[in-house]
Amino acid sequence: MRHGRYRFLAGAMIPPLLLYAVFVVSPYAQAFYLAFTDFNGVSSDVDIVGLDNFTRLWSDPLFLSALRHNGLMLVVVPLVTIALALFFAASTRGSRLLRAYRVLYFFPQLLSVAIIAVLWQFVYTPNSGLLNGFLDRVGLSTLERSWLAEPRLALWCVMAALIWSAVGFYVVLFAAAIESIPADLTEAALIDGAGPFTLFRRITLPLVWDSVQVAFVYLGIIALDGFALVQIMTVGPGGPDNSTEVMGLSLYRNAFTYGKYGYASAMGVALFFLTLTLTALMLRATRRERVEFA
Amino acid sequence: MRGRLVHVVLLIWALLVTLPLLWAVVSSLKTDAEIFDSPWSLPATPRFDNWARAWDEASIGRYLLNTVVVVGGALFLTMLFGALVAYCLARYPFPGNGVIYYTLVAGMLFPVFLALVPLFFVVDQLGLLGTYHGLILVYAAYALPFTVFFLHAFFRTLPTAVAEAAFLDGCSHAGVFFRIMLPMARPGLVSVGIFNFLGLWNQYLLPLVLNPDPDRYVLAQGLAFLAVSQGYRSDWSGLFAGLVIAILPVLVAYILFQRQIRDGLTAGAVK
Repeated sequence: MRHGRYRFLAGAMIPPLLLYAVFVVSPYAQAFYLAFTDFNGVSSDVDIVGLDNFTRLWSDPLFLSALRHNGLMLVVVPLVTIALALFFAASTRGSRLLRAYRVLYFFPQLLSVAIIAVLWQFVYTPNSGLLNGFLDRVGLSTLERSWLAEPRLALWCVMAALIWSAVGFYVVLFAAAIESIPADLTEAALIDGAGPFTLFRRITLPLVWDSVQVAFVYLGIIALDGFALVQIMTVGPGGPDNSTEVMGLSLYRNAFTYGKYGYASAMGVALFFLTLTLTALMLRATRRERVEFA
Repeated sequence: MRGRLVHVVLLIWALLVTLPLLWAVVSSLKTDAEIFDSPWSLPATPRFDNWARAWDEASIGRYLLNTVVVVGGALFLTMLFGALVAYCLARYPFPGNGVIYYTLVAGMLFPVFLALVPLFFVVDQLGLLGTYHGLILVYAAYALPFTVFFLHAFFRTLPTAVAEAAFLDGCSHAGVFFRIMLPMARPGLVSVGIFNFLGLWNQYLLPLVLNPDPDRYVLAQGLAFLAVSQGYRSDWSGLFAGLVIAILPVLVAYILFQRQIRDGLTAGAVK
């Protein structure tokens, strides 16, 4: 049994760990170093600049507006998505037909973010787009807009596409949690005269809270990103008038358009700490006493 | 009454999900003039030549092939490496086991954006920028943490008796892994395999930075590129056709395996 044990372990683990060290661990470690330098792509010419990059971040109006936009997404996207998903999950219990909705709702989750971005760009196209075409058909042509060209609307349009693609996944996630609630609990509440709203608030929601918590963290991370949708969908990208700028886009542009790699790395570090804080906060703020089924 | 209202809401969301997709399919069969004329009209005659044009001239066929090569390679590597590491860490106590496990799992906490700049230079220095194998290695490396995390938990739950019997019969360590443990772990491998497949298939950020050669574009990159370039050439019908071709394989896979796909994806979240 001992024979060849270490040889097997070495053979099995060294190649994957090497891969991980080269492409994951080392870049992350280097990022923390680069964030304190003025690295511009020429390695012979690197100076340590201390916290300069970070102080510049706080006076960079574009990054600050990106931060605000991600902040808005952080509030809107999880709340709307979770509210819709909970409603759909709770109302598709029962018949086959109702469950079929879940299958349908889930589909956008499988689409690549590039597909979603291109599709929704078409939906919002002013002259031949689906949305304006629809408004025209139902006699609401006064509401027609060039959706992605108006600074006040563009970010909301991006968020709508994001929510559209995300809801189905959480419907399925919550539905699984709801289905694991023992039937006698629900029945007892119904016998005691609970209406559907009370039933949802007092029984369903507390018992699926673990899943809701997970959803908050996942959607929070998605809301801090938003890069691909914005980069493909919006004019500029990030426009009009920087109204859809997000942190990922600032980072990408500073690194791969301007060659300010040190500064971009500082943005990466800021993004990392935001993500970490967010995860910790969400887990704390949404913590409740766990309910165990006896 | 309330039940009916709920049903109306459910129906509206169902329409919101399906209409944009159906509309893309219908538009992909129209002429450009018909698309501009009215977004809601049906094509006079279905124009399948749009699809042919998207496949050849707009290179959707090539992008699809690139994606299959890269995602196939990366998926194989991820599953092999992930299963090996997870199995060793779950079944063999040795000094440093815990450190390795937590270093791997911690990878899930970091946003890829943080690594982006140094990763670009690492890949560049290794001469792997814009190559299939470069992309495959990077994809596999970033998919490893979750795969190990998921399969580690899975290998722990498998009974030890079968493996011990095999050892007594003189089976080697590698033999036990490949011939006994791997088949036993099949349900877990399928779940995490589906999860990884979709994650890798949908990658956009990594290829955008690491795969600059238009001939090697993956589907997501190619579509985003077409949305800009076809926009200039105003070949909207071709672009719609490209979009539909990109959606179709996913739709077919979902129709065939919808149960497994939903279970695989949500199993990852519940962990």
